[in-house]
Amino acid sequence: MTRATLLQARNLQVHRGGAQVLEVPSLDLRTGEVLALMGPNGAGKSTLMLTLAGLLSPSAGELRFRDAPLTSRADREGFRRRMTMVFQDPLLFDATVAQNIASGLKLRGIPAAERRPQVEAWASRLGLAGLLDRSARHLSGGEAQRTALARAFVLRPEILFLDEPFSSLDAQARTGLVDDLGRILAETGTTAVLSTHDQGEAARLAHRLAVMKAGHIVQLGGLREVMNHPEDPFVAAFVGMETLLKGQVVTSRDGLISLRLRGGIADRELLALGEAQPGQTVLVGVRPEHVALSLQTDNNTSVRNAFPGTVTKVIPLGPFFRIELDCGFFLSAFVTAQSLSELALEPGRAVVASFKATSVHLLRKEGLAAEL
Amino acid sequence: MDLIWEGLRKALELLLRLDPEVLGITVLSLKVSGIATLLSVVMGLGLAVAVALNEFPGKRLVIALMNTGMGLPPVVVGLFVTVLLWRNGPFGFLGILYTPVAIILAQAVIATPIIAGLGLAALQHLPPGLRLQILALGATRPQLVWLLLREARLPLLAAVMAGFGGVISEVGASIMVGGNLKGSTRVLTTATVMETSRGNFEVAFALSFILLILAFSVNAILTHLQQRSRRR
Repeated sequence: MTRATLLQARNLQVHRGGAQVLEVPSLDLRTGEVLALMGPNGAGKSTLMLTLAGLLSPSAGELRFRDAPLTSRADREGFRRRMTMVFQDPLLFDATVAQNIASGLKLRGIPAAERRPQVEAWASRLGLAGLLDRSARHLSGGEAQRTALARAFVLRPEILFLDEPFSSLDAQARTGLVDDLGRILAETGTTAVLSTHDQGEAARLAHRLAVMKAGHIVQLGGLREVMNHPEDPFVAAFVGMETLLKGQVVTSRDGLISLRLRGGIADRELLALGEAQPGQTVLVGVRPEHVALSLQTDNNTSVRNAFPGTVTKVIPLGPFFRIELDCGFFLSAFVTAQSLSELALEPGRAVVASFKATSVHLLRKEGLAAEL
Repeated sequence: MDLIWEGLRKALELLLRLDPEVLGITVLSLKVSGIATLLSVVMGLGLAVAVALNEFPGKRLVIALMNTGMGLPPVVVGLFVTVLLWRNGPFGFLGILYTPVAIILAQAVIATPIIAGLGLAALQHLPPGLRLQILALGATRPQLVWLLLREARLPLLAAVMAGFGGVISEVGASIMVGGNLKGSTRVLTTATVMETSRGNFEVAFALSFILLILAFSVNAILTHLQQRSRRR
């Protein structure tokens, strides 16, 4: 992506009660992109977002919006009218849906006659057309968050900050709203920063992903890149790469490496995509959705890695099941309800787990491999 | 029992006859307490907003003082205001002791902490993220204050009712700084005290009933405003 930088942060630091809660040396937000922030509670996602939005003054550092510094109070107040934010709690006013959606326009002094068509257009885009005169008190969680999103989009913000906007919604409301938001973000080309705990939401909405831990960004990159090439076990766990394996490189040829797995597993060879020196110890990861289970070794030649193992756990996850296996090493796989019954998966069942060499990703921080 | 019925009958009679003296006392009570409440709304809400929106050292102490002020004994306020306005006192040159202005001042001192304390509680009860949300929608500082007050309007109206109720029914300060002068500073409460001490129970009852009707009417109007804004 070679898009222009819209918001630029340098050496941001935030202290609270004497302790540093955020330190971000450099972060650029590009025009039209959706940047997702992921990380556990307390990692600093909200603090970073509030700081980027100019709603929290950093103890040190610089913010530039469209190449102009946001230093004075007047700069920040001006910036506040060009961005907006949606929080986890919809924080609606005690007024009707229409009045809520119009509230930002009203604060900008836009006359009622001009507000109305915009309010109606955004209400219908977010599925609120029939609710305009309803009191915001009498909305479901999903409707309330849709109202909050309409109130934000009607301002045509240059940056939209979304701080865990779906966290308090039930699964059904969440799915519908994630879809609608994804569609609207794509249609409008709105630049957005989204914080979330859910890798599915990030995968659905974001172009780039930043994983945060203890006030720092530990990895920032394209969505696929971070999902498939987490730099360390922390990021791997956070982006859902559940199986991590340590091994020693035996051969490395044509971008393909063969590994001998470590940890009490004799003579198990694994093929992975990547470059490494023979003899080097590396850490590789496999995402559960890339693992296929069958009753015997698949003859398909594109599947180079096949390991017999035993089911240890079957965990229902709503639309699918997570299977934990002991193949001499820990391995997890996702299967559908249909596969579950066809393969009669239950603890103790012997199966073969297979995955392509291209699904095995070399984690970059080789130093960490030694720590494990 | 007969005394109460007699009082009720007398009150109705005085009201229906539009007795000029009773009418004067009633209007003065309403005027004095109304103006005192208005002053208290301005000062009390200003104080509540300032404390709610700012972080400063000693904030907890200020809140504790405001809450203590909600229970200020009117006679203590009366004593201080009297001393301050006394002929040789620091504000004696104003010459307002034993005038309605003095009663207004004393009542404002009583009602301001009530409205400030309850107002602060109302503002602090708003969702913690609301302030940031309003700023994120592009509000200026005055717009932020206005929207927060509007969101807290129900408990704020309750605060105003409590302030008005506190001063319309108060007697200690009014008698001390007003002097219960006929035709000048005699209000319903001070007149009731005087008539009771003279043994004129019927008149005292009549004045009491008028006071109750007045307090009820004003609160009924405020309650109507409050509940109307709730239903929607």
